[in-house]
Amino acid sequence: MNRWKPWVLSALGAVLALVAWWIASDQAGSIYFPPLQDVLEGVWTYWVVGDGGRHLASSMVNLFAGLAIGVVGGFVLGLLIGQSRLVRTALTPSLEFVRAIPATALIPFAMVVFGLGSEMKIFIIALGTLFPILLNVIDGARELSQEARDTASSFGIRGWQKQWRVVIPSVLPRAAAGIRIALPLSLVLVVTSEMTGSNTGIGYVLITAQNSFNQTSVWGAIVLLGVLGVILNSLFGLVEHRLLAWDKGLHRQGDH
Amino acid sequence: MTITVQRAEKLMRSRRAAQLWLPLATIVALLALWELAVRGGLFPERYAPPPTVILGQLLGMLLEAGVWQAVADTLTGWGISLLISVVAGTVLGTILGRFASASAFFRPIVEFLRPIPSIAMIPLAVLMIGSGKPTEVFLATYAGLWQMLVAAVAAVGAVDPVGLQTARSFGLSRADQVKYVMLPSMLPRLVTGVRIASSTVLIFCITAELLIGVPGLGAGLGAARGVGDMPRMYAYVVIIGVLGYALSALFKLLETRLLFWHESVRGAHR
Repeated sequence: MNRWKPWVLSALGAVLALVAWWIASDQAGSIYFPPLQDVLEGVWTYWVVGDGGRHLASSMVNLFAGLAIGVVGGFVLGLLIGQSRLVRTALTPSLEFVRAIPATALIPFAMVVFGLGSEMKIFIIALGTLFPILLNVIDGARELSQEARDTASSFGIRGWQKQWRVVIPSVLPRAAAGIRIALPLSLVLVVTSEMTGSNTGIGYVLITAQNSFNQTSVWGAIVLLGVLGVILNSLFGLVEHRLLAWDKGLHRQGDH
Repeated sequence: MTITVQRAEKLMRSRRAAQLWLPLATIVALLALWELAVRGGLFPERYAPPPTVILGQLLGMLLEAGVWQAVADTLTGWGISLLISVVAGTVLGTILGRFASASAFFRPIVEFLRPIPSIAMIPLAVLMIGSGKPTEVFLATYAGLWQMLVAAVAAVGAVDPVGLQTARSFGLSRADQVKYVMLPSMLPRLVTGVRIASSTVLIFCITAELLIGVPGLGAGLGAARGVGDMPRMYAYVVIIGVLGYALSALFKLLETRLLFWHESVRGAHR
């Protein structure tokens, strides 16, 4: 295949899918499957220029706050746990157990402790996104090659210097793989945390639409979430490419 | 010489013992700390009852038929969803991974659909499918399918083209090519994909149960919270955690058994 053929095919696929959706939904005449035109108009008038902006902003603020805490927390804890065999042996089973509990199952607990506001949502997002990053960083720190360790110690590089110049760079690719898994998870958690007992956010709008049987609005929220997902993934892809251009194993599959 | 060997053996044994006792001691210590924090009034009891209370509740619940029924309900939803995700994801992923044109054509559609949290489809799914098991299966399958698809695409990428050409020039039949070249190269990533899809599917089953009230552990958790029965709520969280841990341990075991010959598993025993 030559250089531009994939792009043409992708564009063709996107256009054909949209046309198919447009025609099918227009002909369907079903209240569950509203015409794409109405859905897109709804997205524009509500989410882009209308009242929805407030809810969208609230969701995004919580998402980024939770994600930031999850990423930083997972990274720092991962470095601490991953570099000490003793701590790692002691904590791994406990961590695996807590990780096995879906963050959404802890929403009731978070509601008891934090109430119904943003703190609860941020806590849930942070908790859910922490684990993929934590476990990947632990693995990364554990797999730090013996040569790297030996070279560092024979050059007398230790302490903060060693962390900054040897450990962190070799762990970064694994952290990126963890974030790649955490991103879609954060979108799930932000919506779920807003669906129970909240009065702002995309999840709240969804529940309101469900209760008023407004299917066009439900479809609009789904389209919005799809677009948000694509934007988040592409943004992260750009950052990853910049930061990790030197990594040979770029785009390896993450685990956990 | 013998003394060195004996010493090394002793060291090995004590290290292996530490592997077992250290994590257990940590868990006990953490639980004791929690117990003391609650009993001592550091942590309000309405947030988190002491572990002994939760444990007592948990032991009592193990005698309830309803709890076991909930475990069975959740496992049923998990099993069906995982099966559909794995089969459909592997087939679609293999096609996309094998044919570059198909992959380019469907790429924008997949990239758009993949990140949509299926939780957002609850309002639609409840109206169209109802609020029973099928909706839970739909939501969990939607989430698990994409992970399996991505894993399958990566698995096809791991097939060595030279190996495939060699097989072809030796006149292996198509079935044998799949059996001896494609499958062994794809298996490690596929198995990892199944393990990740399994935990995702479980998360979505529990979440669907919690949000819609489909019978299962999630619904039990929601009901306990609804009546403000904290020990019961935490007991459900523990059961869910144990279930998730057991399933992922099972898949890890399967991985080492199935892939004992592969580098990734052999390397782990260094």
